[in-house]
Amino acid sequence: MKATKKPVPGKKAPSKNGVKTSAAMSRSDALGALLHAVATSGGVHIVDLTQTLSPDFPPIVLPPEMGQSRPFRMEEISRYDDRGLGWYWNNVSFGEHTGTHFDAPIHWISGRDLPNNATDTLPVEHFIAPACVIDCSGEAAADADFLLTVAHLKAWEKRHGCIPPHSWVLMRTDWSKRSDPVAYQNLDETGQHTPGPDPDCVRFLVNERDVLGFGTETIGTDAGQAAHFSPPYPCHYYMHGAGKYGLQCLCNLDRLPTTGALIVAAPLKIRQGSGSPLRVFAIAPRR
Amino acid sequence: MPKPAARPRPKNPILRTRQATLPPASRSRVALGLTAAAARGRFALQACRDCGAVQYPPREVCRACLSHRLIWRPQDGKGELLTETTLRTAQELYFRERLPWRIGLVRLDAGVNLVAYLHASVGAASCRVRVEAALDRAGQAALIAMPEKGRPDLSEDPKLREFTCDPRGRKILVTDGKTSVGQAIAHALAKAGADKIWIGEAEPWKKVAGLEALRGVPQATIVPLDVTDGGSVQELAGEIGGKVDILINTADHHRTFSIVGRRGVETAQLEMDVNYFGLLRLAQAFAPALKARAADEPTNAIAWLNLLSIFALANYPPHGTYSASKAAAFSLSQALRAELRPAGVRVINLFPGPIDDDWDQLEMPPKLSPAALAAAVVQALKGSVEDVYPGDVAQDWVARHLDNPKALEREVGEGGR
Repeated sequence: MKATKKPVPGKKAPSKNGVKTSAAMSRSDALGALLHAVATSGGVHIVDLTQTLSPDFPPIVLPPEMGQSRPFRMEEISRYDDRGLGWYWNNVSFGEHTGTHFDAPIHWISGRDLPNNATDTLPVEHFIAPACVIDCSGEAAADADFLLTVAHLKAWEKRHGCIPPHSWVLMRTDWSKRSDPVAYQNLDETGQHTPGPDPDCVRFLVNERDVLGFGTETIGTDAGQAAHFSPPYPCHYYMHGAGKYGLQCLCNLDRLPTTGALIVAAPLKIRQGSGSPLRVFAIAPRR
Repeated sequence: MPKPAARPRPKNPILRTRQATLPPASRSRVALGLTAAAARGRFALQACRDCGAVQYPPREVCRACLSHRLIWRPQDGKGELLTETTLRTAQELYFRERLPWRIGLVRLDAGVNLVAYLHASVGAASCRVRVEAALDRAGQAALIAMPEKGRPDLSEDPKLREFTCDPRGRKILVTDGKTSVGQAIAHALAKAGADKIWIGEAEPWKKVAGLEALRGVPQATIVPLDVTDGGSVQELAGEIGGKVDILINTADHHRTFSIVGRRGVETAQLEMDVNYFGLLRLAQAFAPALKARAADEPTNAIAWLNLLSIFALANYPPHGTYSASKAAAFSLSQALRAELRPAGVRVINLFPGPIDDDWDQLEMPPKLSPAALAAAVVQALKGSVEDVYPGDVAQDWVARHLDNPKALEREVGEGGR
């Protein structure tokens, strides 16, 4: 299925002038390269891009009068005891957008009327896709409110080739290395301060590059201050409005090659689900 | 900041921790009237509606005219200590462990004679005294003669100290320091001479200035505690459960929605998760340790205090789901009380009306300030009560509730408060 074309402000015909197109790989290219890597030199390795689901992992913070996403919770059913002598298991509960999770287009009002926009109807061929990793770790370390711009993307493309259609663009910030939840949330009186894309950057990725989705290491695909952008939460608004996806709370992006990795990201098949926690991993050629 | 009480010597670890013994706890149904009044800090006796006679001990009928029309009437307790004696032998284990014990015969001005414990500050008979009803370690009303003038604390008498849960010198857990009420209670406990105050902090990424300020209080330690997370509760119980003398559950999730004013059950579930299941998780994790240390004198486990709401008595429809969660917590607290009472650990419930905080912003005054609520907590601990209705609204509601619960339901349901 092609992501549905909803009119997006500023949309133009894709133009790849001045950008070399050889390095970055589409999915079939990447699959071919991986098979070659398996057959020949170093083979491939699997990189787990998933944070551990636990009650300590912080959920998104919203004003307290709003509906709240439940954090991950686990209650024991039995543990080889009187409640079940021979087995251990738990009941777990969490919001759809908890821990490392996937955002489906139906999550945002801009994507609510698209076909195949929920976790149970997503095209399964989208579950495996190549990734372009944009390293913003230096910028994010210097400025928690760092915004990824079109200029950054174009500079990246100069070095690594045009971002191919239907690929994940993953914004590496090393934010996942902040193991203290307080530093990870990075809240103050003016809200959250975490890096993300600016509105033009999102429009470019949607309109000019037709990406599959955008992934981050922070709690949202949008920057911490994105409520004040125009439009608010542009990454959610434009990506989901165009049938694109989101991945957030990723980790280990620093272990991925800039291009050439395949991302496996298949959310739980929840009927009319807006997203779900999931195990995300990459298949990458050994460097 | 006043200094906490001098810390007692560490206990000898090779000696067995003693188990709690209790004074005789059996009472007839009619005698429980004395306990019901004492649980609210009152001394009441039966009075006859027909002939006006006051009587003690409680009976089924009037001793003077055999009328059944008896009511419980609050008493000022004033009278004359006629004679006194000191018990030096007893069959009951509780008294054997505490002998010698001074008791006296008091003639109340209301016309009845009774035997009462004598507070250490009461002089030799005969003299004027004021009799109070206090809850003993078994949770039953006991009569105590105090000096008529002056108001010494029960805890000033070493034997009667255990009729109270005086926070002085105690180690106390306040389960949520994120709320203005939790913070005010922690400050008040520090002022009342608590030895150590652990203050729970959930969601540490949401910084609250009032909690940060508590870091400067010498007795205070901020600890991670989220009552919606069983693992978090168990972990803290594992660390400090064997040290807590008093647990004060301030964890409270208050949203101000009517049941049709908020679609879905998410908010209501979170209220239940904090206000009801939170109490259950705390009870399962901490109550066993409290029971085990109930006789670990002089710094023994002594009390569990719940911050409920007057809306637990009758649902306040503008806060409909919140009221329901507090009613559930109230019911659970009765089960907790029944579990802890045999160990000699008191469960105290506070039922405040609207509090002057963000969530009761739109409630009309009178509203209870967090500091006033904290003062009521300290007073409840220093006294000898189980049920506290602090503030004008709570006092009004409980009076209407006791008089006619159906009428209160209707009045509140029709927009009144």
